[in-house]
Amino acid sequence: MTDIDITSKTMDGMGPHGTKVGLLRVLGPAHVWALGVGIVLVGEYMGWNFAVGKGGAYAALIACWFAGILYSCVAMIDSEVTSTVASAGGQYTQAKHIIGPLMAFNVGLYLVFAYTMLEAANAITAGYLFSVVATMSGHATDLDQRPFIILVIMFLAWLNYRGVLATLTFNLVITAIAFLAILILFLSTSGIVGGGIMEHAALFEGHELPYGWIGVLAAMHFGLWYYLGIEGTTQAAEEVRSPARALPFGTLAGIMTLLIAATLTWYVSTGVLPWEFLGDGVNGSVAPLFDTARLSGSTGLVWLLGFGTLFATLASANGCINDASRAWFAMGRDKYLPSWFGAVHPKYRTPYRSIVFLVPIALIFALGAPLDQVITFSILSGLLGYTFMPLNIILFRRKWPLNSIKRGYEHPFHPLPAITLLALCGVTYFAVFLGYGTQLVAMIGFYIVVSLWFHFWRYRFVNRGAQFTMPWPKPQGY
Amino acid sequence: MAHYNPPTQGKVSQLIDVVVLVILTFGALFVPLWLGMAGAAKTVATADANPTWESLGQTPAQAAKYEALGYNPASAHDLILARFDYSFSAGALLTMIVVVVLYYVLILRFSESEYREVIAEKFGRE
Repeated sequence: MTDIDITSKTMDGMGPHGTKVGLLRVLGPAHVWALGVGIVLVGEYMGWNFAVGKGGAYAALIACWFAGILYSCVAMIDSEVTSTVASAGGQYTQAKHIIGPLMAFNVGLYLVFAYTMLEAANAITAGYLFSVVATMSGHATDLDQRPFIILVIMFLAWLNYRGVLATLTFNLVITAIAFLAILILFLSTSGIVGGGIMEHAALFEGHELPYGWIGVLAAMHFGLWYYLGIEGTTQAAEEVRSPARALPFGTLAGIMTLLIAATLTWYVSTGVLPWEFLGDGVNGSVAPLFDTARLSGSTGLVWLLGFGTLFATLASANGCINDASRAWFAMGRDKYLPSWFGAVHPKYRTPYRSIVFLVPIALIFALGAPLDQVITFSILSGLLGYTFMPLNIILFRRKWPLNSIKRGYEHPFHPLPAITLLALCGVTYFAVFLGYGTQLVAMIGFYIVVSLWFHFWRYRFVNRGAQFTMPWPKPQGY
Repeated sequence: MAHYNPPTQGKVSQLIDVVVLVILTFGALFVPLWLGMAGAAKTVATADANPTWESLGQTPAQAAKYEALGYNPASAHDLILARFDYSFSAGALLTMIVVVVLYYVLILRFSESEYREVIAEKFGRE
């Protein structure tokens, strides 16, 4: 076994690129939890309900749990690999060390697109919330949502620019409030505290599976939205004080939190809202938990879930800016993209150029595309990334078996999680095909074109051996 | 393996690379939208000229929820009756499968050849 030990308490990080000014190592496990859950929890507040529209309420529950299995596999695999590959870029850096440069370039783009689109979706929802509040408080005409969308993205980008500790501490507080809001809504409406208002049997009557079993498959498309982004915890790898401890702990605690939140969300929303209304996230229920609170008759719950929705969207957009910029930065640092993006701010120690560059791109999508399309673009990029993960862990175990390098965490039952993940990705591709096949093919066409561009043009500017920055022995089989 | 020294990229060339990537990105994401090929729109198969909650297939409990949300049968008509069409052709499904598989095969093959260079340069002289 190599003498390099990532779990060492005396070795502060890997110093992967030998730079004098690197990202700050200031984060703990709670920040990792806040990053992962913060990005995802908005999925409980909006977006998951498109799964109800795809196949009905029961289909959305089945999708919720199968997607939960998919993401549990993602979290287990990610926890093992990233606790060992402790460097910014997350899965991009994993792919670079384990599969190869072109795969890494593609994975980096998946990450940037998934998070930038999700950021745009969050900003759209925040704008919608402000317009609802304006209407509820007596504003006569429709409020122009665009200034609020722009303000949300600009404010959070500024926060990210100024430093990671403040950014993720902010996320920790607002994410915790948003999660507590779901728990309080569940306790208040389910009958555990006070009178219950759940009417599952009456609301499901005659509409149990409105599309039959194909609707269950179709619901898997938006089932991902319950958890999409938990894999973003890996982007903090270069900024946590103890990667081997904080990353597995934060990631696995995060997926457990989300499994609870997703199931409670389904339970309270489907017990109060009719499925056709709930399942139409554009013309019906844009923010299902907020709508559930509105029907509860409690002004306190309306305010709580209103703030919960707002906080969840802000936390998610905030985390997305953090993650997309780290992936873009890491690619710039390796010269996969122009090296100008690989700069760290001399004072704030953040990837400031990448943060600023991605702001107008997010704005264009937030202001120029409908919500379900933006969500779909994000899901497609995420799905391509999840398909890479089983290949990644199988090759990781093959090239560096368990006794060859010390891991911060070893996930159990290998290769079962990898095989399960691959099978569920296959089901989700079919679900996407049922409604958004054109986008899927267009997006893969895009990745094929940029892959050829990278392989035949861009890669000439990349140092070969220097991009392998982990202090590992030579991989087996090479 | 001989050490590879990459050429230095000029600022204009870097800028062009970024522009190319951004254009390709927007093309992939917005062209399907502009061509009207994006997404699966729900449609109402048979419109109901004089809708009631019963004719829309709603029980009294379900109708009460719609009324609490501010709907009446007329305003809820499209929301309740619109459905997705999940019919598809085997050819379209096969095309998607082939595109996805070919994409990953392409990526993995090119990555492997690049990876061998990386490993050879990093560890070759050890």
